Amino acid sequence: MTDIAEALSAPALDEVIIRFAGDSGDGMQLTGDRFTSASAMFGNDLATLPEYPAEIRAPAGTLAGVSAFQVHISDHDITTPGDAPDVLVAMNPAALKSDLHTLVPGGTLIVNKDTFEERNLAKAGYDHDPLEDEDLAGYRLIEVPMTSLTKDACADLGVKPRDADRSKNFFALGLLSWMYSRPVEPTMDWIDAKFAGKDLVIAANKAAFNAGHAYGETAELGSQRVIVKAAPLQPGTYTNINGNTALSWGLVAASQLSGLPLYLGSYPITPATDILHELSKHKAFGVTTFQAEDEIAAVGAAIGASYGGSLGVTTTSGPGVALKGEAMGLAVSLELPLIIVDIQRGGPSTGLPTKTEAADLLMALYGRHGESPMPVVAARTPSDCFDVAIEAARIALEYQTPVMLLSDGYLANGSEPWCLPEVSDLPAIEVEYATGFNMVDEDGGEHFWPFQRDGDLKRPIALPGTPGLMHRIGGIEKADGSGNVSYDPENHERMVHLRDQRIAAIPVPDAVLEEGSDGDADLLVVGWGSTWGAIAGAGRRVRAAGGRVDHVHLTHLNPMPANLGEMLRSYRRVLVPELNLGQLVKVLRAEYLVDARPLSKVKGQPFTAGEIEHAVSEMLAELGEDPDGEESR
Amino acid sequence: MTDVASPLHHATVVDDGPAPETTRADWSSDQEVRWCPGCGDYSILTALQLLMPELGARREKTVFISGIGCAARFPYYMNTYGVHTIHGRAPAVATGLAMARPDLDVWVIGGDGDMLSIGGNHLIHALRRNVNLNVLLFNNQIYGLTKGQFSPTSQKGKVTKSSPVGLVARPFNPISVALGAEATFVARTHDMDRHHMQETFRRAYEHEGAAFVEVLQNCNVFNDGVFASITKKDVRDDMLIELEHGKPILFGSEKQYGVSRRPEGVVIVDVAEVGIEYILVHDEGIRNPSTAFSLSRLAKTPATPTPIGVFRAIDRGEFGSSVAAQIREVQAQVGRGDLADLLRSQPTWEV
Repeated sequence: MTDIAEALSAPALDEVIIRFAGDSGDGMQLTGDRFTSASAMFGNDLATLPEYPAEIRAPAGTLAGVSAFQVHISDHDITTPGDAPDVLVAMNPAALKSDLHTLVPGGTLIVNKDTFEERNLAKAGYDHDPLEDEDLAGYRLIEVPMTSLTKDACADLGVKPRDADRSKNFFALGLLSWMYSRPVEPTMDWIDAKFAGKDLVIAANKAAFNAGHAYGETAELGSQRVIVKAAPLQPGTYTNINGNTALSWGLVAASQLSGLPLYLGSYPITPATDILHELSKHKAFGVTTFQAEDEIAAVGAAIGASYGGSLGVTTTSGPGVALKGEAMGLAVSLELPLIIVDIQRGGPSTGLPTKTEAADLLMALYGRHGESPMPVVAARTPSDCFDVAIEAARIALEYQTPVMLLSDGYLANGSEPWCLPEVSDLPAIEVEYATGFNMVDEDGGEHFWPFQRDGDLKRPIALPGTPGLMHRIGGIEKADGSGNVSYDPENHERMVHLRDQRIAAIPVPDAVLEEGSDGDADLLVVGWGSTWGAIAGAGRRVRAAGGRVDHVHLTHLNPMPANLGEMLRSYRRVLVPELNLGQLVKVLRAEYLVDARPLSKVKGQPFTAGEIEHAVSEMLAELGEDPDGEESR
Repeated sequence: MTDVASPLHHATVVDDGPAPETTRADWSSDQEVRWCPGCGDYSILTALQLLMPELGARREKTVFISGIGCAARFPYYMNTYGVHTIHGRAPAVATGLAMARPDLDVWVIGGDGDMLSIGGNHLIHALRRNVNLNVLLFNNQIYGLTKGQFSPTSQKGKVTKSSPVGLVARPFNPISVALGAEATFVARTHDMDRHHMQETFRRAYEHEGAAFVEVLQNCNVFNDGVFASITKKDVRDDMLIELEHGKPILFGSEKQYGVSRRPEGVVIVDVAEVGIEYILVHDEGIRNPSTAFSLSRLAKTPATPTPIGVFRAIDRGEFGSSVAAQIREVQAQVGRGDLADLLRSQPTWEV
């Protein structure tokens, strides 16, 4: 593209963090998403953080209605959406007021000047126009009358002024696309496809985008054009993926790999609903989606489908998991495959529906009545959701158990470039069903005993429809072997132990230190879930400054890797950053008797690399003052 | 290397040919029945075990799903597939199974507490969707397994362990609830009449979609005789109003009483007084459920003449097969999905 060829001579930055902020109705998520896609197509590495209010349309212009999208693009491998933006685009006074504190000192602030009038200022709680005094002196302020320039650009198209106003986010996108030398074509193509059949909307959005682009070129912003060049990613075919889409595709892949039809029982809940949306599109893959009357019906129907031989899945967030608790216990007792996906959000109760948190770990591990062991796996990045969904299905189907898959709002909505796997490299999932009798009584009579276990402690599953193997199962305690109702104390104790042992015995891969770790540091950072990016980023900074820290990240939280205890005990200190008050750290201390310390954050936002870097540095300093490690041994 | 393209074995309904001849013994499991001696559940079990050979059903294609309660033990006694699930959730589990496996006959068994209290939401939605289920609600107007608390069908004023000075709330009428959910098949029978039970169950079995049957059932331990005033042999003629499609609704030993329609709903009349031409002719197939609903309100308590039989039976698209048809239509239009194409369905770029 000629424009990009020109831009390649622009001064290069190694990375930039941009935050688009505006009213919920301003289309900031879309703007951020388009900027991200164009950057992905251009070859940058990137990470995103969409942040939006729980209200669909909070009162326009208010602080409550501010919606923001942060994107970090770079010419090298990055792991987080960035600690603080270098550029803040504020589409109205409320966005300026709520998000200015995130901007780095001296950062670039681009505002839509047209919105800085009395009414909007008052709604945002300003008693004066911050653009007119010294409030913003510490930033590079660029004031652009985006609304009026957009209306001017659309004037000759026959678009009503009110409709033209709605295209101003494309003006902002055009301007930022020029400033950061983003390719134009992907956005033009996207506008054509997205608004197909609405010619006026297409014309208005393109006119607004072009006006923004031209503004950068012709106004006095000429010296401000820079480029963030493509990152040297490993060769392959890439797509930009968010966690919920990757997770949905992983479930489809698991269905293909196992040969079982995918059945999703779900009830809409933020931030998991997009999985229901995505899977509802994939009927070509034989996917059945069932939007149930409630969370309990959703898991109940998934159990029913699983009993019938489908890959049964239910997707939800924390409040939904709480409701599904009893049904999950049933699946544990029936020893049926089932995947429960928990896209965690801030809690308890309704909590922070659109904000991220990872405080459901102990509920996933222990949140059912009785001794009710369940494998738990957690995704670490948006694209990892694909692999972890397949892993959850593998454990569920090969070991005939419900499995909890933990993701969170940050992974669900955040996106990153994903090097697509070769379908032929994906591991097959082996599923076995009983076809014949498995027990001969004293009189030579042959029977099917649904709880006559094999060497792996797996029970045989006979699907309904299999001639001769009719049998009954239920949530009441079953006699080991025959599966008949049994209240025998010895039998119950045996069954409790068997259920525990068979889950504990599921083989999971050994824990492996993350890249950059040398295995010889004093301090090990143990993470799980979406903290991976921030911990990895912090590790790089600490090592770049001469510090030594190792990092291990757990996908399998139950059972845990067999080598984990030995690994933990080989460090003087273990630090466990979590988006909760210290849940994994409790488990590690209880299971392995190690000096693991928590690092907590519960603000509805992911860790920044800086926060973890700070905690690691402090802990290293503390350990350094006590080089012999007497204090901690 | 994995063979990913192998077709998924979505179950479809195939004609297996006539089912082998069976007897009651073939449908009885080897488990000792553990209801209280004299419980009405025994006669329901017997009626069904005797009926199954006549239906031409296959044991391996038959699944009983239940929740919690005395009635919910039912699956253990049928030599079929069966799952004893958790309180109230049987219709939900059965919905998933029926959707995934249209080749199966799925029966749902539960009591009034199971299906109208804790599981009321699942029941009304299964009926609304018209999932292919045969739902038998054993109504004894009491909680039996927890030893005698009032249920959502207990009469107002009822004295129980949890309502020692009388129940304050009004009961649900299960037939009215089912009709309110616009169930496509709604019927009532009782545990004292095997023949009537069997004919009602047969109709439910043959119905495409959700078939709801209320079975008036005696709990001889905690609510003994609650239906005796209408179901005992010597009072039945005068107290049970048998609904028969296409026939005037008459009852009484001499068929001297009838049901007539009035602006305020249906009422019981003396046939000699009003004339046979004013007696309502029962029509199960009226799509508007209003008349059936009015019939369901005829008996206010089990002490007044009570209609039994099929209140409503209409054809409407079955849920699971309609969902499966959407999948087949999409596959016919675009072919079966290809995973590699799915992964490349968003914009991609090469590095």
